[in-house]
Amino acid sequence: MSQVDPVVSTASGLDVDAIRARFPILQQEINGKPLVYLDNGATAQKPDVVIDAVSDCYRSYYANIHRGVHELSQRSTTAFEAVRGTVQRFLNAPSEDEVVFTRGTTEGINLVANSFVRPRLQAGDEILVTGMEHHSNIVPWQLLCDATGAKLVVVPFSDAGELDLDDVAARINKRTKFVSVIHVSNALGTINPVAEIVELAHAQDVPVLVDGAQSAPHMPVDVQALGCDFFVFSGHKTYGPSGVGVLWGRYELLAAMPPWHGGGDMIKTVTFERSEFAEPPQRFEAGTPNIAGVIGMGAGIEWLMGLGLDKVAAHEADLLAYAHEQVSAMEGVRIIGNARRKAAALSFVMDEAHPHDIGTILDNDGVAIRSGHHCAQPVMQRYGIPATARASFGVYNTRAEVDQLVASIDKVRRLFA
Amino acid sequence: MADDLFKLYQDVILEHNRKPRNYVAVDPATHRGHGYNPLCGDSIELTLDVRDGVIHAIGFQGESCAIATASASLLTDTLQGCSVDEAEAITARFRAVMDGQDEEDLPAGLEPLRGVRRFPSRIKCARLAWASLEAALAGDGEDGAASTEG
Ligand SMILES: Cc1ncc(COP(=O)(O)O)c(C=O)c1O
Repeated sequence: MSQVDPVVSTASGLDVDAIRARFPILQQEINGKPLVYLDNGATAQKPDVVIDAVSDCYRSYYANIHRGVHELSQRSTTAFEAVRGTVQRFLNAPSEDEVVFTRGTTEGINLVANSFVRPRLQAGDEILVTGMEHHSNIVPWQLLCDATGAKLVVVPFSDAGELDLDDVAARINKRTKFVSVIHVSNALGTINPVAEIVELAHAQDVPVLVDGAQSAPHMPVDVQALGCDFFVFSGHKTYGPSGVGVLWGRYELLAAMPPWHGGGDMIKTVTFERSEFAEPPQRFEAGTPNIAGVIGMGAGIEWLMGLGLDKVAAHEADLLAYAHEQVSAMEGVRIIGNARRKAAALSFVMDEAHPHDIGTILDNDGVAIRSGHHCAQPVMQRYGIPATARASFGVYNTRAEVDQLVASIDKVRRLFA
Repeated sequence: MADDLFKLYQDVILEHNRKPRNYVAVDPATHRGHGYNPLCGDSIELTLDVRDGVIHAIGFQGESCAIATASASLLTDTLQGCSVDEAEAITARFRAVMDGQDEEDLPAGLEPLRGVRRFPSRIKCARLAWASLEAALAGDGEDGAASTEG
């Protein structure tokens, strides 16, 4: 463990040293320097509790779920199903039967697009998204629009990276059939006023999906307070395994939706004449899922809840504010995304150095960031830039790591000056 | 490793990035090739005036990182006035070096690009302009498009 880390984050009361100690991968050097992992927006590293939960499943009780009377199958089923309760508490959802396991955010959005929205859509109808969506909240709707003749309507955002609620209101009309919005922008860090958008949409009887890929890991989420109809996130960003995630939806909506994929586990009875579908959530979980992955995701979420999402948010807000202050003071560096409410991500460009070059030089100092368009090419187009460099924070990051980031950016500046 | 970084961003590369040579759209152009890396958004447009099997003029424009820009700049510098056959032979040698055939010779002007080998994630940056060239020459007068993704 590094000696420079503050033992306790003054902003949150979290013992960051103890947190770091739970992440085996962080205890290494990259290119001879301590790893500074600032690519949490892409994916988070895994604490020992997650690694152990996955390993324990395979070592001691793995079997297929819902399918056997034998001991291992029952134990696997119990552990798998228990994760629904974990997610229910994580999102403050009314019922664990509203928790559908998916492969991740992308699959959740595609599921809602195909099972919920598609049957309601006619030529000329509109689907509303924002200009700062991740590709996974653009392309599924474009596919749907292509198939039905519906139209994708985009709410633009300001130079600072903020939506204008009046503008949102003005774009919701009788033709609007669905609203799908990003909660926290992965490219800009903006926290969008999702509860207010839901209110505007519901005033016109339009259901809303919230893409929570970048909010669920970083702040308390309460789907009942948000008022949304669907909420999706990815397990790999909440410190769990990749390839698993969650779609939460209001039960009455899920119950009215046809299945998306057909197969085993999602039916009550099958004859060659017809099949009767299972109730939600099983209706949407055709085939053998990523059993150990879901169990690992549950362990990650329990661990996060044990820390306290309010404390996690406070700690990361402190890091982000500190990084903003340091980086905005640097000459030749421009922060992309200056919304008043931001979480966890700091995107920037430099006058002289391309984001790719920044990424390589930072990597040489052990600082892992992402450079690219962050699967949000429309955001890049909005600013007229090909890419940004992005440092994104997680609960294990420290102010000392921000200092290392800043020192490395300064090195880029000197090299390219 | 710091040494390797220094080799990658040596003065020649930084200098060509800062002041790219032949940063023009050749007009009229007989051949053009567009290279795009969807992963990072780097984009390079090569334009050539080829007559009687000789590259009379070659220029590039675009938006790209230092490695891609310097590689394009060095490419145009090296191939200006070459025959198409020579250009294709040099392209093949450059590709071989990027594929790890260290014993392969390069024209002296291109030697600074050899350091990219140590940074696997950046090889596609160095290759962008060369992929554009291949697309341009293969297009035989048509617009060629290339991608160094994948
Ligand atoms: C805001 C946002 N939405 C959606 C996704 C897609 O998530 P996944 O690739 O896990 O399906 C991401 C992940 O990069 C994201 O940041």
